[in-house]
Order: sequence, then structure tokens, then C-alpha cells
Amino acid sequence: MGRLTAWVDRRFPFSALVRTSMTEYYAPKNFNFWYFFGSLALFVFAAQIISGILLLAHYQPSAKAAFNSVQTIMYDVKWGWLVRYIHTTGASLFFIVIYLHMLRGYLYGSFKRPRELLWLVGVALYVCLMGEAYFGYVLPFGNMSYWGGEVITSIIAAIPYLGDWLASVLRGSFGVGTPTLTRFVAFHAVLLPALLAVLILTHLLALHEVGSNNPDGVEIREHLDARGRPVDGIPFHPYYTVKDMFGVGVFLVVFCAIVFYAPTFHGLFIETYNFSPANPLKTPPDVTPAWYLAPYYAMLRAVPNKAVGIGILFAAIIAPFLLPWLDYSPVKSSRYRPVYRWMVIAFALTLLALGWIGMQPATPALLLPARIFLALYFLFFLSLPLVSRLEPTRPVPQRISAS
Amino acid sequence: MIARLSVLFLALAVVAAHAAAQTTPLLSPPAAFDRATIRRGAQWFAQYCLSCHSVKWIRYDRLTRDLGFSKDAVRQELMFPGGAHFAQGMVPTLSARDAAAWFGVAPPDLTLEARLRGGAWIYTYLRSFYFDPTRPSGWNNHLFPDAAMPNVLAPISGIRDAKGRLIQRGRLTPRQVNQVIGAITVWLEYTSDPSKLERERLGPYVIGFALLLSVVAYLMKRAYWREVS
Ligand code: HEC
Ligand code: HEM
Repeated sequence: MGRLTAWVDRRFPFSALVRTSMTEYYAPKNFNFWYFFGSLALFVFAAQIISGILLLAHYQPSAKAAFNSVQTIMYDVKWGWLVRYIHTTGASLFFIVIYLHMLRGYLYGSFKRPRELLWLVGVALYVCLMGEAYFGYVLPFGNMSYWGGEVITSIIAAIPYLGDWLASVLRGSFGVGTPTLTRFVAFHAVLLPALLAVLILTHLLALHEVGSNNPDGVEIREHLDARGRPVDGIPFHPYYTVKDMFGVGVFLVVFCAIVFYAPTFHGLFIETYNFSPANPLKTPPDVTPAWYLAPYYAMLRAVPNKAVGIGILFAAIIAPFLLPWLDYSPVKSSRYRPVYRWMVIAFALTLLALGWIGMQPATPALLLPARIFLALYFLFFLSLPLVSRLEPTRPVPQRISAS
Repeated sequence: MIARLSVLFLALAVVAAHAAAQTTPLLSPPAAFDRATIRRGAQWFAQYCLSCHSVKWIRYDRLTRDLGFSKDAVRQELMFPGGAHFAQGMVPTLSARDAAAWFGVAPPDLTLEARLRGGAWIYTYLRSFYFDPTRPSGWNNHLFPDAAMPNVLAPISGIRDAKGRLIQRGRLTPRQVNQVIGAITVWLEYTSDPSKLERERLGPYVIGFALLLSVVAYLMKRAYWREVS
């Protein structure tokens, strides 16, 4: 072993990498619950890649065969049901994990200097993940897939100037059919996973360059011991590798409970209507997107004008990118920012409310609430420059507070 | 905050009212999801439904593995003579399908019916047939008005009028009929996701393993972190 490592090290910086990114990479010692979700996101990503490859071994991307090939996986392929349920459950849990991961960033001001680029890559990952999920949703070609494909590509077609061209590139023909599926497989199984992998690597490189933030929002690198190590830091390995392993264990319990006992999760993780094959002549009672995209759908429906709606959707997705430059507060963590803290909580509740509205059939009664929550969504970002300047903050400790 | 909450509340009330507008309340089947019930349901289904409806994703041979039927029992009790193949899906033989064409609407495949409608819907549907002389078939259904399907269970359930009164007695008591319909419902729940039997058998072991992993990881974490102040 020692000789092999030495042989490799002369040709590749293996030991150096392990040192700089694991055993001598120092992380704050006060990580809490919210810091489990980065490693969990890595774990789910791996699970999606593996289960996805196995699904691809039997999936057939054509309008005629897609639905049947998925049923073949469910009924005839050995352990096929397990692989598919892992993939569908993984998709939804990926979003739960990412939403909690992002909320942590909001709570502790992890997007602030010097972590702006880390944050930008993070939001880019989130946008790619939404694309990844959308393309995957269309592939089984159930009736929800079909109509979801129709609705989203027609929204894209309404984008001024570029819309028609973009929609025809996506669809590959006039409607959603075999050419759409062959493209979507290429996007879902090649392009976006590759992009995600590169972005994840960039995300981690950026993280290790600037070091992790923490619930107190103080920089551990500002207090070094005689050997130049952060006093409040501990080596990532073994301390956080064992801790993250515990996180993965608990996550697995939840994951398996869903896969084995509630794989459709009452129509939330696999939509009920998607158990009937695509049918261009039969519109589902109401076309609503998967739960994790529902807030955006609610925003879109809150505005009668399609082009304006798309503009708002676009702005809603862009807004988190700007966060590092909207927040002027010198204090990072919401622990010491009483006003900002309640703003983040209200923002999270706003998204939940929008998500719920997005999953309801379009009724006039929900129009007003949708608009109110839409306004609150943007109010969070728009008020931040002002609030962050005026807000009275609590004194921030010099070093990590004992917890 | 209060204004926001009351708006949310109002929205909830609208949705609740929407849900309550459904006229026929759904009944839950008086049957457990177990192999014995599914087997009985399969037998009733083969006898009364398979002549019109396919469950094409279920191959006959998997019934020996999943439900413990013997190969002979499958051949004698479930398969139709002529046309059916042991290694293939449960599909009505050609002559039966021709007969079905007579109803105007092709009887749909029922493999995934329980996924789409839910067990309670199927159970309620099968209990909601009544005699209606104005319909060409003589039948109507409270849950699915003007359904093209006749009440094929009439010989055992008897015939009821629109008000639910028994016009003609069937071979079985109402209680027995409900159990038959319950078993058929459970059978269709099985066909909609046969993995359920295997999932629920393996579940405790898999989750137990994940729990064990968590406990071991937790103890390791505690041991390592003792030094961290
Ligand atoms: C004589 C042929 C025939 C037989 C036998 C028959 N059905 Fe049907 N069934 C039909 C037809 C035709 C329809 C379509 C009704 C419509 O859409 O109007 C139907 C519809 C249904 C539906 C509703 C499908 C939907 O639209 O969601 C269910 C459930 C169903 N049948 C169950 C059964 C069961 C269970 C049995 C056995 C007890 C059975 N059927 C026996 C002809 C039949
Ligand atoms: C595929 C998706 C992603 C993966 C695999 C991933 C992975 C990780 C990992 C392993 C960490 C370190 C552990 C931790 O702090 O929890 C981390 C930190 C971080 N991530 Fe992500 N991430 C993803 C998406 C995102 C997104 C969508 C955002 C924000 C929009 C984001 C923002 C951040 C930030 C700001 C940090 C540093 C947090 C801090 O130090 O407080 N990440 N990420």
C-alpha cells in the first residue's frame, strides 16, 4: 500500500489532494443540522446517476414505446421497480435536500463575501437541476409527461424573439413526440448530468478555496494558532466524514421508508395521472407540475399576460443570483440579525404557499393569494438593500460561540 | 401576518368545498391486502371480468411466483381456453374481445386502474350498479353515470333499482357480495403494483439495515468527537 501510494504520488498528487481537501482541510467545529445537506446532495446525485444508468438499459425513447418500456421495467425487469422507485424518490428528495441546503445559505449569509462565486455556482446548479427534472419528467410519456411537455414548451415558445426557435429545437417537430423524447434523453442523461458534475466540482473547489461559513457567520481563518491552523477549525476528515456518514444513514432510513412503503407519495413523487399513457386528445383534469416546480407555476399563472408572466418567472429565477449584491449587512448570520431572520422565515413560508397554490387547479379564488405571495417573494429581494443598511444587529462574537 | 393567514384559510375553504361537491361518497373495501385475498380476487376476476378486460402487464406465470398458485391452478382457474399463453399477459381471447366491441366503448385495460382511480373508487363503482330501463344495456351506475359496462356481477349480487332496493335476489348475501367485490379490488391493487408484496416483505430488513448503519455511524461520530471541545 505504502509503495503503491508512493508510486502514484510521484505521478499524480494523490496524497497531496487527500491532505489539502480532507485531513488538513479545516472546517468550523460548530456545524449544525443544516450542514448535512451538502453531502446529502452529493449522495443523492450519485444515487440518481446509478439508478438512471440502470433505467436507461431498458428505456426506449419513442412516442410508441416509451410508456410501455417503463411498464416493462416495473413489471418484467428483475428489481426494475426498485430501480425506478429509487430514481423517482431520489428526484424529489434531491429537491428537498437542495431547498434545505439553500435555506441554510440564506440563514447564515453564506452567499456573502468571500463566498459569492460559491453561491453563484450553487444557484446555477439549482437551475440545471430544474432542467434535469423537467426533461426526466417527460421521458416516461404518461399523460402528465405529455401535457407537461406541451405546456412548458409552449411557455418557452412565448418568449419574445427566441421563443419559437427554442421551442422547435426542444420539441424537434411541431408537437411533442418521438423527436422530443430522443432529444430529452440526450439532455436528461448526457448533457445536464455532465454539466451538473462539472458544476459540483467547481462548487467544491470554490468552497475549499474560501472555506465553509458556519451558523455564527464568523470567519475561522481569522484566528489561527501558532502553526497557522484555524483555532476553531477541525480537520474535515475524520470529524466531518464520520458525522456526514451519520447523516447519510438517517437519510437512507427516510429514503428507504418512502421507496418501500410510499413510493408515489400520494401522487406527489409519481403523479397519479402519469399512470395512463400519453394521449394528445385527452387533457388531464388539471395540468400541474411536479411539487418542486410548483412555486414558479403559481407565479406564471398569477399574471394573465403570458409574456409578462415569463418575464416574472425569469426575474424570480435570476433574483437569488443577485443576493450577494443586494445584502449590504456586514453581519452574515441571521442569528445576529433580528429583522433579516424573520424575513428569511417569511420568504420560506412564501415559497411553501406558492408551491401549494401551484399544485391546485386554476381557480379565480386563488388568483389574489397567488399575487400577494408573488409580491412577497420579490419584496424579500427588493427590501434587502434597505433593510440590510438600517437593521440594528446584535453584537457578533469574535470567535465561534460555545454551543 | 394575520391578513396573510386569513387569505390562506379562505383558499383552503374553497378547495375543501370543491372536494365536498363529489356526490357519491367512496367506500373503502372490507378486504386486507394479502396473498389469500388477492388469489380469491384473481379467481373472481377471471370468472367475471377477464372476458372483457385485460390486465395485460400481468403475465400468467408471475401469479405462480407472486401468489403461490400452482401452474395447474393457473391453467384451470384463470386462463381462458384457447389463445391464452402461460408466459404472456392476461388478455381476453379474440372472440371475447369481439363480444366486448358490442358495448360501444372498448373495455379498458385494468392493470393500472387502481393507480389511476384508487381502490375505493373501484370498490364503490362495482357496488353502484342499478337497473335502469332507459339505458340500452338496462344498467346504470351511480358513481360513473351512463357507464357502458353492464352489471356483470348481477347473478351473485342480485339486481337493485336506483334507490338501492333489491328487486331480485342474487346467489350470495350482500355481505358475501361485498367481500367478493373487495377481493376483486385488492386484486386490482395488486396488478397496479405487484412490487407491493415484495416491498413490504423486504422493507423491515432494508430499513433495519439503514437504522443499524445510522447507529454505528452515530457511535463512531461520538467516539471521534469526544476530543473536540
Ligand atoms: C361485458 C364486458 C365487461 C365485463 C365482463 C366487465 N366489464 Fe368493466 N367495463 C366494460 C366496459 C365496456 C367499460 C367502459 C365503460 C365506459 O367507459 O363507459 C368498463 C369499465 C370498467 C371500469 C372503469 C374504467 C374507467 O373508465 O376507469 C372498471 C373499474 C371496470 N370496468 C371493472 C370491471 C370489473 C372489476 C369487472 C369484473 C367484475 C368488469 N369490469 C367486467 C365492460 C365489461
Ligand atoms: C447538485 C447540487 C449541490 C451539491 C452536490 C452541493 C454540495 C455542497 C457541499 C458538499 C457543500 C459543503 C457541505 C455543506 O456546507 O453543506 C456545499 C456548500 C455550499 N453550497 Fe452547495 N451543493 C449543491 C447545490 C447548491 C445550491 C443550489 C446552492 C445555492 C443556491 C449552494 C450553495 C452552497 C453554499 C453557499 C455553500 C457553503 C455554505 C457554508 O459554508 O455555509 N449549493 N455544497
